[in-house]
Amino acid sequence: MKDEILLGDEAVALGAIHAGLSGAYSYPGTPASEIMEFLIRRSDGGKNFIASWSVNEKVAYEEALGVSFAGKRAMVSMKHVGLNVAADPFMNSAITGANGGLVVVVADDPSMHSSQNEQDSRFYAQFAQVFCFEPSNHQEAYDMTREAFDVSEELGIPVMVRLVTRLSHSRSRVQPGPPRKQNTLQYGIGKDWTLLPVNARRRFKILTEKQKELVGLADKSGFNSLELNKKNTSLGIIASGVAFNYVLENYKDQPELPSMLKISTYPLPETLVAGLVRHVERVLVVEEGYPFIEKNLRGILGLPGKTVLGKLDGHLPLTGELSPEIVRQALGMKPREKLQLDDFKLAGRPPQLCAGCPHADAYKALNKALEAYPQSNVFSDIGCYTLGALPPYNAINSCVCMGASIGMAKGGAEAGVYPSVAVIGDSTFAHSGLTPLLSAAEANTNMTVVILDNSIVAMTGGQPTFASGEGLVRMVGGLGVKRDHIRVIEPLPKNLEKNIQAFKEEFEYRGLSVVIASRECVQEVRKKKRSEIG
Amino acid sequence: MKQDIILAGVGGQGILSIAFVIDNAALREGLTFKQAEVHGMAQRGGAVQSHLRLSNDKIFSDLIPRGEADMILSVEPMESLRYFDYLSPEGIVVTSSSPFVNIPDYPDMDKVLSQIKTVKKRVIVDSQKIAQEAGSARAQNMVMLGAASAHLILKKENLLEYIRVLFAPRGEKLVEINLKAFELGRKAAADKLRPSDKG
Repeated sequence: MKDEILLGDEAVALGAIHAGLSGAYSYPGTPASEIMEFLIRRSDGGKNFIASWSVNEKVAYEEALGVSFAGKRAMVSMKHVGLNVAADPFMNSAITGANGGLVVVVADDPSMHSSQNEQDSRFYAQFAQVFCFEPSNHQEAYDMTREAFDVSEELGIPVMVRLVTRLSHSRSRVQPGPPRKQNTLQYGIGKDWTLLPVNARRRFKILTEKQKELVGLADKSGFNSLELNKKNTSLGIIASGVAFNYVLENYKDQPELPSMLKISTYPLPETLVAGLVRHVERVLVVEEGYPFIEKNLRGILGLPGKTVLGKLDGHLPLTGELSPEIVRQALGMKPREKLQLDDFKLAGRPPQLCAGCPHADAYKALNKALEAYPQSNVFSDIGCYTLGALPPYNAINSCVCMGASIGMAKGGAEAGVYPSVAVIGDSTFAHSGLTPLLSAAEANTNMTVVILDNSIVAMTGGQPTFASGEGLVRMVGGLGVKRDHIRVIEPLPKNLEKNIQAFKEEFEYRGLSVVIASRECVQEVRKKKRSEIG
Repeated sequence: MKQDIILAGVGGQGILSIAFVIDNAALREGLTFKQAEVHGMAQRGGAVQSHLRLSNDKIFSDLIPRGEADMILSVEPMESLRYFDYLSPEGIVVTSSSPFVNIPDYPDMDKVLSQIKTVKKRVIVDSQKIAQEAGSARAQNMVMLGAASAHLILKKENLLEYIRVLFAPRGEKLVEINLKAFELGRKAAADKLRPSDKG
């Protein structure tokens, strides 16, 4: 097999393909989107295996679970907050167990480069009591994903692969191995997969009894490694994932390394951890994300006679991602010499809506229409249009999670907010907006939902949407919104006055209305033009 | 042998295309490399950067430690300063002098340039003018790659090869424009480095 230059995300995807993947499902989300984009490119239109965007992460998870039930190897990938959406099938799939290998890839985003929080998915793996791999580089991302499928089948449970932005979006060389064939069709056992209490109790007991086996597997995994420095017992380091790289980066010009335990799997390899702790006086824990290993290590009572250093005692920051220099400081090394700006003041260059973006025109009209209503509130959602929170628009007052705008606008309206407005994109609407709109339609709540239909998942690079154009209008009608109050407008500068009027009329209607602002994303228009020329 | 490079610019200026060419040339020359990049929300007209590390040895961190970059290669002058503290005191700045103004508070250009000139080794070229001369204002990234090329630990012919690979799907005309942009950038940088140049 030829070496390839791959993103961390792509290394995971290639590992899955070579592990005999039959079906992969995902919903776009930074930093995980490139996993599915790569799979789609390599699937040859579904001839090699199924690689498909799903309407949301829960659906993606359930589709993958169906493949696993059928005995074939399945992968579901998502960003960290996507696992919140898929948490229901995820937790329960640990109880049904996996038939064909089931691998859940979750990309965390420490520092929130493109997210609302920096939750650490290792807690989910622990919560569900499943096995978890955490690669530190591209080759490991490939190798661990391959092994994750084997472990999943061996233990009969789903296995998580935890990535972080720095690995997902870093590119390097990967040496692939020979591909494995796909599994043949072999159904799961119905009574294992039917979680009636009588079955679920039996299955849950099996899962809990497996936990010792998981720890044993972690202890003997070749991806975990303990290297003791026999001469030096003062400091030992436990490091995982990309944090391990930052430690080594700082020791590259040092004559010797302290005792080190590299952790790449969870649950923790307990024998290896004990081996390190026994050998040293102080243990420094370096990990990307929450202090997961550190908390497990400290417990409530701490380690008698030992000092544990890490995020909980302020040795390392509790928030944001790590860097080589943050770790250097924690190691007590002198900072490297670096340049500094004189009295020059840099101007920030925050992300912004593209020139000609339809959302900009929609916000201009909405802002104008709302001028007459000082008590109004605009609840918004997740997508490019969240940038409407920034100047010059200052158009929205909330962004919480996928689909929250509509439910919050309903709650707000019921508490007395008027006009109560929700702004949501077409793909976010398909993902999590249908059910709250059904609820608002049933109650005919006095609120206005604005669906910004740019016919694409724009923020994550242009993936297909499930709710756009005529289909979207029919969906909204089908949910019970009155036809007279489903308005389609075209957000263009020339339509500004007309669009302001349309918004005003719907604010004046004392019931539920939906305004669909429909115009294609300018990036997509450009892409299409370029491919026509090229 | 190692070279750590910060690539800088504004979303849409094509710094990932520069990275593609360097990555592939490095692979061709048997070097190890890691290249951390920015995707998602930050790309939309915002400041973007990529950490590109080349070495004939193992590379650990995907991020370049502050103070260790051998080069800042920027397609935009102010953006070259955003990552100033990554540059080693012996490092070189290769930057465009053509500002990309999409913010209301863009600083005074004289101040930007005089800050860049506090770095001992620097190459400043007018990428916009040169790119237009090559045939497309969009080729500023390849102008800057050309301007940096004499200071890279990679062979020129390998860089040229992957410029061809990169633009081939978009037609021979674009390949020619970008190869020309590279050559003109390289020449402009060589002219700038003459001892007579005080700029």
